[in-house]
This record gives sequence, structure tokens and C-alpha cells, in this order.
Amino acid sequence: MGQVVLKGINKFYDSVHAVKDVNLQIRDKEFVVFVGPSGCGKTTTLRMIAGLEAISSGDISIDGSVVNGLAPMDRDIAMVFQNYALYPHMSVYDNMAFGLKMRKFTRPEIDRRVRDAADILGIGELLKRKPRQLSGGQRQRVALGRAIVRHPRVFLFDEPLSNLDAKLRVQMRVELKKLHLRLGTTAIYVTHDQVEAMTLGDRVVVMKDGVVQQVGEPLELYNRPANKFVAGFIGSPTMNFATVTVTEANGSLIAENAGLRIRLPDGTARRLRGHIGHKVTLGVRPEDLTVAGAADPDHPCFDAVIEVVEQLGSEILLDMKVGQDVMVASVEPTVRVNVRDKLRLAMRPSSLHVFDVKTEEAI
Amino acid sequence: MVVAETQVYMPQAPRTRQRLLEDERWLAFVLLVPTMVLLGMFIAYPFVRGILLSVTNSRVGVPGDFVGLANYYKIWNDGIFHTSVYNTFLYTGVTTVFKLALGLWLALLLNRNFRGKAFTRAFILLPFIIPTVLSTFAWKWMFDPTFSVLNWLFYHLNLISGRINWLGDPDLAMISIIVVNVWRGVPFFAISLLAGLQTISPELNEAAAIDGAKPRQRFWYITWPLLLPVTMVVVLFSIIQTFADFQIVYVMTGGGPANATHLFATYAYQIGVGTGLLSEGAAISLAMFPILFLVVIVQLLYIRRVEVR
Repeated sequence: MGQVVLKGINKFYDSVHAVKDVNLQIRDKEFVVFVGPSGCGKTTTLRMIAGLEAISSGDISIDGSVVNGLAPMDRDIAMVFQNYALYPHMSVYDNMAFGLKMRKFTRPEIDRRVRDAADILGIGELLKRKPRQLSGGQRQRVALGRAIVRHPRVFLFDEPLSNLDAKLRVQMRVELKKLHLRLGTTAIYVTHDQVEAMTLGDRVVVMKDGVVQQVGEPLELYNRPANKFVAGFIGSPTMNFATVTVTEANGSLIAENAGLRIRLPDGTARRLRGHIGHKVTLGVRPEDLTVAGAADPDHPCFDAVIEVVEQLGSEILLDMKVGQDVMVASVEPTVRVNVRDKLRLAMRPSSLHVFDVKTEEAI
Repeated sequence: MVVAETQVYMPQAPRTRQRLLEDERWLAFVLLVPTMVLLGMFIAYPFVRGILLSVTNSRVGVPGDFVGLANYYKIWNDGIFHTSVYNTFLYTGVTTVFKLALGLWLALLLNRNFRGKAFTRAFILLPFIIPTVLSTFAWKWMFDPTFSVLNWLFYHLNLISGRINWLGDPDLAMISIIVVNVWRGVPFFAISLLAGLQTISPELNEAAAIDGAKPRQRFWYITWPLLLPVTMVVVLFSIIQTFADFQIVYVMTGGGPANATHLFATYAYQIGVGTGLLSEGAAISLAMFPILFLVVIVQLLYIRRVEVR
């Protein structure tokens, strides 16, 4: 079992309120990712779960019992650190065996568990080496090995892939996912990389300034962001925003600003009935923009001037000027366009997001 | 034309001196000369001169003649020399153990986070930066049989009924100089070991805590092995310094009472300068050399082994 519940968790450092009233239920076997920009409180929250950081107020419980006062060793958790934190003076074997020795496991049992973990991670050949004789990826595996030999109730990961190069990071990400499927242990994973969050998490917790912005499955965050921050944080390239005024003409709603004038699709219009005459922030993802000719004539369209063309092979990113706003569109690789071309783009109506200008909450 | 205005630097044919310095071997030699002159003048020459002196029978004002190893033979059979050899080992051994233990303890405390951390760290160095002779004079007063603040304190705490003659009793005098040396040496250990502790990533201790190691085990399995190379260097330095210590004993007891607290250095000084027997004094100080040399070799080998590990 490995159910983790955070109830009203707060953390103060002197006058800084680093983590603000975090409430969260993490189910057994679930892979939950905390994501957010640096300083958002995600690592602090993880360290509070680990017991490395005292909780200012609130309760953390694992499998129903409150662990606030328990030392890290008594919480039955294992943690993988950003810089691996391998003991430099011990061999790989001893690094992995250390936690078991401290817990007074028998020698044959330690040996069996270390070799099992080494097999799973493919580091059987490295057991006699010292950490400094290993590459970054190998160290990462040893750090994982040290966590899994203990068969803990919960795995905690603190940005474990951020020190690896891009290629290795993608590879390890897949292996982490496989490992989780194989072991089924509850995992709490901290990262600032939204791609890691989306690909690894069963559920993702987006944090900013110590406050949980939204908790949900990856696609839920992508399709229905709770506010402008989540909308901008999830997805790459990031969502386009434009501040527009809502007006009514001939029974339908129009959103317009200096460079943009679109008729709002029915679904969006219904939500904005109360905002006529007011400003709202419009959001649309680059991948929800298409070249107008090919799209349904009913789709809202606008004109743009292309400033930069980025060929990625699988897609083309167009950096465009729309009135005063800068927008990015991701279009089919077959589209032939040049810098300074004027282009008419269409939005997929169902993918239009609207946010309150002041509160930035989704409308 | 524009091109004509551009000045091209044409090196003149290099003179002999410049050409010599182009050669790296010569350049290295030239750069090393100042250091070699200084080392030669202040270390090599006195050392050789000391050896030459020790095989003569020269005294102050008398150049003396070659007498072979007669001086060494003489000190070999000298009871006070035996005492000073014993004292030097005792003094070095006991103080090093205490300095290491207390210094490590202080370093571990100072490595924590607390208010006024920077101030305390600077403050702890005080015994080390006060001129030794001055602080030793203060200690001498504290150990003075009549004016001793220690006696006063112990008396008022009802621990003693009469005066303790700290520096008048051979054993108490030894303990006293050991106390002063430890007091003076602990800051060096504390600050050096603190610097060593700060190179150990806190994540290692956190990882060990999660792995189930209690504080004592974390120290023993993580901190201590990682601190060992620094510790060895600090201990090496301290042993060399303490072995050749002079000031504390000279000021506190002058080697007394009845030559009971002499160390190599103070005895060599007393014989060589005090009584004017230069050659014998030189023999005494040179007798230190093989021992220190051995200590350095052993520890440097050990440090290398630890670092390779």
C-alpha cells in the first residue's frame, strides 16, 4: 500500500510563505507529478513528504497514519535526488545495500535484493565500481537501484533526470515509466519540465508560488486548463494569448482588438454572454491553428504576418504578428510560406480558451 | 592608401638573452631562482650548518673542533634528554587526540544552521590569532599558585581546600601546558574540519537518513570517511607543529620544575643558547628530524591511499 494524503500543508521560511495550503490525495500505485517553475514550492512539498523538511502546519499521512513527527527513516519511503547523492566512498553494491544494512537485513537477503535490482536496471556489471567511475546515466540507475531495493511504500523523485543530456533524459523517462508499471509502487515525482510531467504522470499537480493551480490527468490539464498559468505552462510551444474586447453584432458575439476580429463560436459565446463590453484573454494553442483555406469556412479566421519560419521536419512553427500580438502557429510541413507573407489562419472552434483578465481564471 | 597606414609589427632579431628565455627549461630555472635563494638561505643553509655544528664541540665564542658523534653519544645518555623525548611524545600525542576530538565536535556544531553563525565562526578563531606568547602569559597567571583564578574558582566551588601549585608539580605542570596547547590548537582543527565538512553535500546525509541511518551511523558511515583526507592533513600539520613547539613551554614553565616539562625545542634552546653549548643544542634539535620525517612520510602515504580510494 502507498496512499499519501496531504491536508492543509503550509511551509514558512521566516516570513516567506513557500507552500500554501496544499490538499492532495495520492492513491496507491499512482504516479503523481508535481510540476511548476523554480521556486513554486514543489520540491519543498516533496521534502516535507520525505520528512527532510518540517511542516509548518497541516498533516501528511501515509496509509492512513499521520507521519508529521516521524523521522525520514520511519516513513518507509525512498527518494532519488537530483544530484543522485550516491555515497562516493562506497561501491555501487554498497550504495544499494546501505539502506538494507541499516535496517538489519540478513546478508543473503541483501545480496538477493541488490542483485535483483541490478538486473532490473541493467547495472549488474557495475556493482564493484565507485560512483565516480560511472557515467551520468549509470549513476542515475544506481540511485534508482538504491531506492527500489528497499521495496518502500512510496518513491519520491526530486528532478531525477535534470542532470542528464536530452537524449538520455528521454530514454530514462521511458524506463522510469516501465519501472513504475512493473513495480506498481506509488511515486511522487517533481520536475519543472512539463513534457516529463505529461508523459510520466497518471495525474499532474501544477504549482505556482506555493499554490496548487490545478490537479488532473495530463489531457485534462491540456484540454481544460483551470487558469491562464496552467494553460501557458502545459503544452509546447506555449499557448497564444490575446486580450480582446467582447462585443455583440447581429446576435453573435465578436472578439476584437487592434489586429484581430473574430466571430466567437457558439460554445464560447454562451460562456461570454455576461462579458459583453468587457475585456477577456483569448487563448489558442499553436497546434489548433490551421491555414484558413483548408479549414471549415465556419471557423473563426484572422490575418497574420509571418516573421519567422521554423522548420522542424514533422511540423512548421510560424512566428507571426497579429496586430500588436505575437502568436505562434504549428502547421503541416507541406505548407509553403515565406517570411513577411500575409496568411489567413483559422482556429478550431472547440479549442478556444477564454480567461478572465483580472483573475486569470478560465471562463 | 589605407594599407600603407597599417603598421605591421616586425620583431627585431631577438638578442641572446631573449632567445634564452624562449627556452622553457631556462625560463623555468630563472623563475625558480628567487624561491631557491630564499629556501637555500633560510632553510637549507641553517640545516646544513646545524648538522656541521652538531659534530663539533663548538661553544659560544669557541669555533670548536670536529668530534664526530660525541654530542649524540652524550645526549643518548642524558637523563633530561630522555625526559624531553618522552615529554614531546606525550605532549604531542595527548594534545593531538584532544584537539582532534574537540575540534571535530566544534566543527560539527558550527556546521549547523543557527543565528549568529558567521560571528561564532570568526570568534572561535580568537585563541589561534592572538600571539601565542601573550595568551600563554595570561594562562601563566591563571595557573599562578597565588593569583590563580582556577584555584579561586575551584575553592569557591568547594572542590579544593588548599592551593594547587599548578606549575610547581611535574605532573600538574605537564597537564597545564597540555591544556594551553589544546586551547590554542582547537580553533585550527575546528575551522579546517568545518571547511572539510562543508565540501560534503548535505544530500548525502539526507539520503542516509532516508536509508535508515541514525545520526551516529550517518557520522560514522558517511561524514567521517569523507572527512578523512582533510582530517589527515590537519593532524599532520598539527603533529609537526606540536612536536616542535617551543613558546608555550618556554613561557609557562621554562622546562621546569626541575626540567620535568622540557620538550625537544626548549631543551635544545636551554643547552644551545642558555648554557652556550651550541654543538650539543644542535644535536638535540637534529634528533627531532628523523622522527618528524617518518611521521610526514607515513601520513603522506596514507593520505594518498585515502584519496585514491
